[in-house]
Amino acid sequence: MIATAPPIVSVRDLSVLLGGRRGFLRKPVPPVAAVKEVSLDLREGEILALVGESGCGKTTLGRTILGLQRESAGEIQFDGAAVSGLRPDAARAARRDIQYVHQDAGAALDPWWSIGRTLAEGLVIRGVRNAAERRDRVAEMLAAVGLDPASARRYPHEFSGGQLRRVALARILLLRPRVLILDEPTSGLDMSVQATVLNLLLELRERFGLTYLFISHDLSVVARLSDRVAIMYLGRIVETGATKALFDRPAHPYTRILMAAAPRLAGRQAAEALPVRGDPPSPTAAPPGCAFLDRCPIGEPGCARRVPQLIAVGSEHRVACHLASRAANDWASYGVFAGQTAPVGAARHG
Amino acid sequence: MIPLLKVDSLKVSIRTDDGTARVLDDVGLTLERGRILGVVGESGCGKSTLIRAIMGILPKGASVDAGHVWFEGENLLVFSEAELNGRIRSSRIGFIPQDPLLALNPVFKVGTQLLEAMRWHAPDDGTRGRERRRRHVERLVGLLRRMQVPDPETALERYPHQFSGGQRQRLLIAASLACAPTLVIADEPTTALDVTTQHQILLLLRELVGEFGLSLLFVTHDFGVVAELCDDLCVIYAGQTVEAGPVQAVLQAPAHPYTRALLACHPDRAASFVGIPGRVPSPLARPAGCQFAARCGEAEPRCREASPPQARARSGADVRCVQYA
Amino acid sequence: MKPILARLSRDLPAMLGLGVVVVVLLLAIFGPWIAPHPEDASASHLLRRLKPPSADFPFGTDNLGRDILSRVILGARGALQIALTVVVVAMLIGVPLGLVAGYRSGWLSETIMRVTDVVLAIPQLVLALALAQLLTPSLESAMLALSLTYWPFFTRIVYAETRRLSASLFVDALRGVGAASPRIVFLHILPNALSPVIVRATIGLGFTILVAAVLGFLGMGATPPAPDWGLAIADSRTYLPRAWWYATFPGLAILITVMGFNLLGDGLRDIVDPRLRRSR
Repeated sequence: MIATAPPIVSVRDLSVLLGGRRGFLRKPVPPVAAVKEVSLDLREGEILALVGESGCGKTTLGRTILGLQRESAGEIQFDGAAVSGLRPDAARAARRDIQYVHQDAGAALDPWWSIGRTLAEGLVIRGVRNAAERRDRVAEMLAAVGLDPASARRYPHEFSGGQLRRVALARILLLRPRVLILDEPTSGLDMSVQATVLNLLLELRERFGLTYLFISHDLSVVARLSDRVAIMYLGRIVETGATKALFDRPAHPYTRILMAAAPRLAGRQAAEALPVRGDPPSPTAAPPGCAFLDRCPIGEPGCARRVPQLIAVGSEHRVACHLASRAANDWASYGVFAGQTAPVGAARHG
Repeated sequence: MIPLLKVDSLKVSIRTDDGTARVLDDVGLTLERGRILGVVGESGCGKSTLIRAIMGILPKGASVDAGHVWFEGENLLVFSEAELNGRIRSSRIGFIPQDPLLALNPVFKVGTQLLEAMRWHAPDDGTRGRERRRRHVERLVGLLRRMQVPDPETALERYPHQFSGGQRQRLLIAASLACAPTLVIADEPTTALDVTTQHQILLLLRELVGEFGLSLLFVTHDFGVVAELCDDLCVIYAGQTVEAGPVQAVLQAPAHPYTRALLACHPDRAASFVGIPGRVPSPLARPAGCQFAARCGEAEPRCREASPPQARARSGADVRCVQYA
Repeated sequence: MKPILARLSRDLPAMLGLGVVVVVLLLAIFGPWIAPHPEDASASHLLRRLKPPSADFPFGTDNLGRDILSRVILGARGALQIALTVVVVAMLIGVPLGLVAGYRSGWLSETIMRVTDVVLAIPQLVLALALAQLLTPSLESAMLALSLTYWPFFTRIVYAETRRLSASLFVDALRGVGAASPRIVFLHILPNALSPVIVRATIGLGFTILVAAVLGFLGMGATPPAPDWGLAIADSRTYLPRAWWYATFPGLAILITVMGFNLLGDGLRDIVDPRLRRSR
C-alpha cells in the first residue's frame, strides 16, 4: 500500500555547493559539492532512511530539503508543488510542513528559556494568540511524547539526553508538520534509552500521520525502523531500495562493507574476512569516476572513467556501480551473506 | 599466576556541591595477561571514574574509600604521584582516549607531542641525548608503520588537523604503545569514529594484543563491540560490577537481569523497542539493597532490603543477584 | 544553575567587592542624612581651615573649613551618578550596534566594526579630554565625553557573542521553526549575550569613576563647590605637604570604590564564564 502512495517530497537532480568565497584581499576558497545530482522520493507515511558516514552529505541533503540550505541546482517538490529556487525566507515558508529535529537536541534549545516557553514559542510564531490555548497544547504535547506536563517549567540542562529528544520532538510536533527530518535521533544515547526513543518515533508516526526522513549511520537501527533505505557516499546516492530487499541482497560494495563493519552481537567471525581500506574521503578532494574506487574491494581501473548511474537491479532496488551485475554473482567471496543482518520487518511496526 | 590487573571492591566518592556522591560502590574486575576485558556500562555508571582510579588521576574532591587496585602484584593506590609518573603511567600502563582530537594539542607537531611523552616515560636503554631521541623516533616510525598510518616517516612532522579521525586514533594507539606497556586502557576509543573506521581500529587492536603481548582494558557502552573484540566482559551498573565472565558465556546466557535487559535493547536482539524503564539511581542517593531493583522486572521484596551477594551463575559468570544466591 | 549570589558567596574577593559597592550605593542614596555636616556641600567655615583629623572631623577639614568626611560621603552620589549614566548610555549605543554587526554580515556589519576599531584605537582618556575641551567644561559634557568613548567595548563584546550564538544550534533550530530575525536577536541572542556585558559594565563603573575623577582633577568635570572626589584632590595640591589628610581621604574613596567594582566584576566574570564553570 505504501509503495503506491504518491510522493509527498520529491527531489530531482539536486546539487548543493557549500562554502566557497571570493573576497577582496583574501585567498579564494572554491566551494565544495556536498550533494551531487541526488534524486529521491519520500512517500506519504513512510520512513526513508538516509545512511552514510560522516561527510557523505546526508545532513546537507536534509537541510536543503528543509530549506535552511539553498540548493545550487535541481528541483524539490512538496505535495506536487515546486518549492525550490526560492529566496531563503520564502523557501522556508513554503516548506513549513517539513520540520527538522537536530542531532544534538540539548544544544538546539535556548538555555535561558524554560521548556514550556520554548515550546509555546512555536505556537506564537504560528499565530496562536491565546495564552491559555498555548499552555494547553504544550501540556498535551508533552504528555504525548511521554513527559510530565509539569516539566514545562524546567530548563534544558535539567533534562537527560533521552528526555531532551522528547522535548525536541514535542517542540516540532506542536507545529503540526507532515514530514520530519530526523538527524541521527539516537546517536549518543545509551542502548536502553535509544530503544524507547525509537519506539516513541513509531508511535508518533501513527498518531500524527507523519512521514520520516531518517538520517543515520547506524545500520542496525535503520534495518529495524525504516521502510526504504538510501545509501549515500560522497554526495551521491549509491544504492536505494526497500529495506528488506536491500539488506537481503546488498548490491553495492560499499553497502556490503557498511553492513559487515557494523559490530554484531553474533561476534567477529564473518566480518574479519572483509577488506575495508582507507578512511571515509573528504568531499573537498573527490576522485573522478566512481568515488568509491580507491576503497572498493572489487574496483577496476575502468571504474574511474565515468560516474556510475543508478540502475535497477530489482523492483525498486537500484544501485550505482559499474560492476553491480557481476558483483551480485560472487557474493560469497566477500564474506557477506544474505540474512546476516538483523531480521527485518517483524518488529518494525511493533 | 596472579592476574595482570585486579580491582578489588573499589569504592570511590566525590564531593560535589550537592553532597557526597558514591560514584564507585564496590567495583571489582580481573584482567588476565594477554586478554581483552570489555567493561560495559551506560552513561553515569562510573566507567570513567574507574579508569581514573586505576590510573591515579581522580579529579579534585574524589577519594578512595575502600578497595585495592592490584597491578602486577602491586597496589597502585598507595603509590605517590611521582612513583606513578615514573614507574607506571605510559611506561607500564598505556592509555587510548575517547576523542583523539581532544587528546592532541593542535598547535604542536604530532612528533613533538609523542616524543615528549617518550622522553619522560620510555625505559632506559643506556642511551642519552641525541642517540636516545633517534631511537625513540625510530620506534615511533616503526609503530606508525605498523598502525598503517600513511607516510609514517613524515607523519611526525605534521600537525593533528592534517590527519583524519581514524588516523589520529592510530597515532594515539601508537603513542600508547610507545613505551612498551604491558597494560593498555582504552576509553571508548571508537565512539567518535565512523563504522568502517571503527571496524578497522578494532581489528588492529585485536592484532596488537597478540603481537605486543598486551592486555587490554576496553571500556565501551556497545555490546556489539564487546562481542567482536573482547575475551572477557564486566558489566557495571550504578557503580557496581553486576556481572563478569567470558564474553561468549555472558552473551549466550546473561545471568543478571540488567545484562539481560541491556542485551534486549540491542537492535540485533530486540523483538521490539522497549528499553529499560526508569533511570539509574543518583550517586547522591543510592537506594538500599540491589541498585537495579527499582527497574528490574524480576525484583522481589528481599531485593530492596539487603545488597545481593556475589554468586556464580550456571554460565560460569560472577553475578550480583539474589536469584543465584 | 545555582543562584548567582550563592556562588558569589564562595568567592571572598568578590564578596568584598560586593560589600564595597553596596556601601557606596547606600552612601549615594542616604548621603545627606548620614554625613555629619551635610551643609558643608556648599557652606564654608573659614575659622576652621585645614584642621587635622579629630573627633569632630574624623577626616579633617579642607582649605575652606569644610568637613572632608561629609564631602567624601556626599561625593559618592555624584561619582555613582556619572558612572551609571556613562555606562548605561555606552551600553545603549554599544549593545545594539554589536547585535546588528554580529547578526548581519556585509557592508553594514563591516562599517560598524571598523568604526569601533578606530575608536578603540584612540586612548580613551585623550579622546574624553578632547571632547570635554570641545564642549564647555561641566559634569554633563564630561559624562557625554566618557559615554562616547566607552561604547566600543560593549560593541566588541556583543559582536563576538552574537557571532558565536548566531552559529549555535539553537538559533539554527529557531530559524527552522520559522522565527523572524528580530525575535531571534532580541529574545534569544540578547539574553544569552548579556552576562559578559554585565561583567564589563561592572568593571566599567569603576573605571568611569576613575576617569571622571581625572577629568574633575583637570578641571573638566564637576565644578566647585560640588563635593567631587577628583576636584577635592585637585584643590588639595596646594596644601599637600601640610595637610596630608586633604588629598588622602578622597583618594582612598576613589581607590576603594574602583577596586570594589573591579573585584565584583572579576567575581561575576568567573561565575558567568562557562569555561570556568564547575561541572557537576
